Amino acid sequence: MALTAFLAMVRKDLRLFLSDRRAVIVAFAVPIFIGAFIGAITGGSTREGRPKVNVALADQDGGAVSQAIVDGARADDNLNVTVTSEADARDRVEKGTIAVGVIIPRGFGDGSTRALREQGGTRPELAIVYDPSRTIEVGLVQGVMTQHIMQAVARAAGVPRQQLPFGVSTAALTAKNAPYAGYNSYAHSFAGMGIQFLLFSALNLGIEMLVERERGLWSRLRSAPISRFTIVGGKIASMTIISLMTLLVSFGFAMIAFKVRIAGSLAGFLAVSIACSMMAAGFGLLIAALGNSPKTARGVSTLASLVMVMLGGAWVPTFVFPKWMQQVTLVVPVRWAVDGLDATTWRGLGLSSAVMPTVILLAFAALFTAISLARFRWEEA
Amino acid sequence: MLEVRNVRKSFGSLVAVDDVSFAVEPGKLTGLLGPNGAGKTTTVSMIAGLARPEKGSVLVSGKALSGDTDPLKRKIGLVPQDLALYDELSARDNLRYFGALYGLSGQALERAMHAALTLVGLADRAGDRVKTFSGGMKRRLNLAAGLLHDPEILLLDEPTVGVDPQSRNAIFDNLEELKRRGKALLYTTHYMEEVERLADRIVIIDHGKVVADDTLAGLYAGVTPGGAKSLESVFLTLTGRSLRD
Repeated sequence: MALTAFLAMVRKDLRLFLSDRRAVIVAFAVPIFIGAFIGAITGGSTREGRPKVNVALADQDGGAVSQAIVDGARADDNLNVTVTSEADARDRVEKGTIAVGVIIPRGFGDGSTRALREQGGTRPELAIVYDPSRTIEVGLVQGVMTQHIMQAVARAAGVPRQQLPFGVSTAALTAKNAPYAGYNSYAHSFAGMGIQFLLFSALNLGIEMLVERERGLWSRLRSAPISRFTIVGGKIASMTIISLMTLLVSFGFAMIAFKVRIAGSLAGFLAVSIACSMMAAGFGLLIAALGNSPKTARGVSTLASLVMVMLGGAWVPTFVFPKWMQQVTLVVPVRWAVDGLDATTWRGLGLSSAVMPTVILLAFAALFTAISLARFRWEEA
Repeated sequence: MLEVRNVRKSFGSLVAVDDVSFAVEPGKLTGLLGPNGAGKTTTVSMIAGLARPEKGSVLVSGKALSGDTDPLKRKIGLVPQDLALYDELSARDNLRYFGALYGLSGQALERAMHAALTLVGLADRAGDRVKTFSGGMKRRLNLAAGLLHDPEILLLDEPTVGVDPQSRNAIFDNLEELKRRGKALLYTTHYMEEVERLADRIVIIDHGKVVADDTLAGLYAGVTPGGAKSLESVFLTLTGRSLRD
């Protein structure tokens, strides 16, 4: 009888979830939309080429040297160059539509060639203007432009091209032997949004339990000859399934539309996903246990969810956090979920990389459930 | 069939129910009356297994009810005051869920659903979502959900709140039929005329204690001898006229 009741509870929760159009949209469509947006603005896929810095380049000199500089910049893999006037370059930077503006002043080619030959005298000045919110890009542009100017001026001055006394090799490092490994910002953004919205799904189910209590449905359930274990087990099962559906649908879309791949361990990916869904189910149960009314519980639990996903690196990767915050956020379950999914997707790591996140997420699930059981109001009067 | 024996329940310093005893016989309807906060709902909750008595016991067929999974709970059906139904599901899906809570499945569940829906006159609307139902239809489905597992005892907590006279009359007909089938019914309400019409015995509680337990005729004779012959006057005589907000 316990199994019949258990299955009926799970089936009922799934039916209610799927019959609620708003809940389905929030669970499936919204994370896809936001994940796609964040993935696009944070770099896309490395397999599509590295992201380039947009530069507005104004050539006021118009000579052979400056033309060689412009040609070099346009051919550079790091830059996306738009040749324009000085006024337009400054206007674009001021308005924030472009990160960096480079102005080659009149007489720059002759002046710099002369300065190189004579190793002294007046040196012409290259003007670089930049958006103060984009300081990382300006350093990169300055370095790249220096390289192209040195090549063009040395050639004009007849000076042998200076060679660096060393070579540099760069490689984006992910797991060896993982055929699809490579940073794909969509993998991270869809993991983050999937986790955020699976938490929202679990939160809604927790609040639904409070609604059931208000509407007398809980009384009907408790008056049946069913154990508390069956009731809690049924709720955890339905919350886990719905949370897992939220995450997997989101990831499935990312795999089809944005070439996200589980480059590492599939078993590890599934283990982290299931453990994360169970953690979310525990969180939903906690809301049902601690909440007084659906209205008050919704506000507090939404705030708690947002703080968890923010600190857990679901919005932006935790490596951009200050060092101390990276340590502090280890106590946030979402952090382990994001790290585990990153490890098994674009980092291409094996099953061992998923063990610790899975164990810790299950521990959080157990902790949340234990607190819920201790605080749950079982009696109705 | 159902015997409530010296039950007590308190919440902090508030004693909600104190030494309450009464019985409900098969084929009879017992009306449980009391002002707001008198302890009616707490008493019903203890009988339904939703709350555990601190003292005393609830006996079903002579055996004490104990624990969440006590099979004796199968003999009790609860019809809560709230419309305890899922609006987004159909009437059939609601009953399928509530039946499964009592272990019903397959053909047995289908037969039970058909019988319950036919009794309350909703068989032709079984596939419709509850949110499309009128208040009276929801009340009747609420009753059907409590009857699904064919309990011997039915606890009805204000089952006619907010329904039109037609639906109320239909519910009364259902209750008369259930009495004829030998069910023991415990009925709480604030509507005195309902109890006058339906009840074989009346229990009045106030401040958590039983202040009267008799037939309607017995109450008239004992409480207002020679006075007004209405249950409301009996009720007000026993519980006073001060407001209970």
